[in-house]
Amino acid sequence: MNANIKFVQGNEACVEGALYAGLDFFAGYPITPSTEIMEHLAARLPRQGGKFIQMEDEIASMCAIIGASLTGRKVMTATSGPGFSLKQEALGFAIMAEIPCVVVNVQRGGPSTGNPTHVSQGDVNQSRWGVHGDHAIVTLTASNHQDVFKMTVEAFNIAETYRTPVILLFDEVVGHLREKLVIPDEGEIPLVKRLRTAVKEGTDYHPYLPREDGRLPMSDFGSVHRYNVTGLYHDMWGFPTDDPKIVKGLQRHLVDKIESNAHQVQKYKEFYLDDAECILISYGSSARSALHVVKNRRLRGEKLGLIELQTLWPFPSQLIRERCEQAHYVLVVEMNMGQILREVKNAVNFPEKVFLANRIDGSLISDADIRNILRIIQGKGV
Amino acid sequence: MERCRLVFSGSGGQGVITASIILAEAAALYDNLNAVQTQVYGAAARGGSTRADIIISNAEINFPKVYQPNVLVCLTQESYNKFYPIIRPGGILLTDARYVKLNRKVDARQKSLHMFENVMDKISKPIVFNICMLGAVIALTKLVRPDSIMQTLATRIPSDFLDMNRQALELGMTLGEHA
Repeated sequence: MNANIKFVQGNEACVEGALYAGLDFFAGYPITPSTEIMEHLAARLPRQGGKFIQMEDEIASMCAIIGASLTGRKVMTATSGPGFSLKQEALGFAIMAEIPCVVVNVQRGGPSTGNPTHVSQGDVNQSRWGVHGDHAIVTLTASNHQDVFKMTVEAFNIAETYRTPVILLFDEVVGHLREKLVIPDEGEIPLVKRLRTAVKEGTDYHPYLPREDGRLPMSDFGSVHRYNVTGLYHDMWGFPTDDPKIVKGLQRHLVDKIESNAHQVQKYKEFYLDDAECILISYGSSARSALHVVKNRRLRGEKLGLIELQTLWPFPSQLIRERCEQAHYVLVVEMNMGQILREVKNAVNFPEKVFLANRIDGSLISDADIRNILRIIQGKGV
Repeated sequence: MERCRLVFSGSGGQGVITASIILAEAAALYDNLNAVQTQVYGAAARGGSTRADIIISNAEINFPKVYQPNVLVCLTQESYNKFYPIIRPGGILLTDARYVKLNRKVDARQKSLHMFENVMDKISKPIVFNICMLGAVIALTKLVRPDSIMQTLATRIPSDFLDMNRQALELGMTLGEHA
């Protein structure tokens, strides 16, 4: 057996991806269904010189990774819905202070403590707008372990490139199911290193003065440069200001650095789209059910296709509009009350042709659930 | 190989979930097949009736849950009563003779084997009951090679316990072959 092939849970695939990407600091507080991420990192991270801390709660975990990231570490925390709610305030701080970090949310049923051991995709909008104030953020997801690994590496790369928190939005089914994972060789997936300042010790360093390409080189906090970090609107030294010009400039920068690079971070997969009359749009574990239906229907000659979203935010509106142009109808498959449905309806030219196949009872949406909705759309009854 | 869907059910602590992981891992890592394993979480896994789903196939597996198993294993009366209706017609329904009384007419090959009794008689360690069950399953289905199960076990348990597990696996296979 090749040592690079493992049979693991999705949560462990995330751990493998994070370690591949160079994670060297993790702080967290255990919560189902994300706990295995902590368990495996508790065993693995210290052995390779990284730091693992179980904090007193989710708020402290988020704050700890922000601090560690500032000192130059690649950082991550993992949680589920209730913990993700607690992290929002510090997440906002990380957005404002432009701290690279990765936050995993393995979704379970909500709101509140909800349905802890069962699957849901109810946190899609929370991952976009859980933080108050106008901002942009990147949310990635995956439906199988190979992609969990890939998207985790991608999350670290995006976090470093744009100095931003990145949300990895998995769900209970993907987190817990076991399947094969092939770990790529070192170097097979390129890694983005922390961009550090070239400014020497004793020379003024401006932590929030962008280079010409818009990127902000960092200086490991506590080493050679002294600077301020704040959640308030701040100037290029990092000190608070309410100067309208600076406030406006920073607000624009925070949104534009993600939105104007949206095409770089928008990942997706296409299946049988060329001649598709009906296009399914899905993500996470429900994309497995959708692909199952599409493949089976293709065997019967029915022209179904699938777009699997791997980046949920920024939402790939243009892609959806272009790909769905020729479709007779579009079916969004998700396990919530229609959170991505709304985005798809906004994206396409014919929102009345967009339908929802959902399941919200804590069970994975099945092929039968999707087939029944298809029958209704096609006017065949159920 | 045809796609095979299995459900292992029993009581929390009997090791049905561990057995399901070992089978799926053996198929995926040592027999070059695709395998997906899922299980129930929560209170059921700690004393109540518990369940694990496994799919093994040559082809890619997308939908991971099992609705109509080709192979259903029930190690308690409760799990038998609960799950017997889901078996695919003509499938294999494996039960333990000590724990389960077959009181339903099921369109399946019902195999009631004295697995627990044999384990207690010959090995005296109830902990390997699940491995004996796994032996019966692979004898009845030929899904994976016994050697693959042993290779998987070797990566998971202390070497001192390997022999006991090998005995249990072979015991199960003998019971399965003569069923």
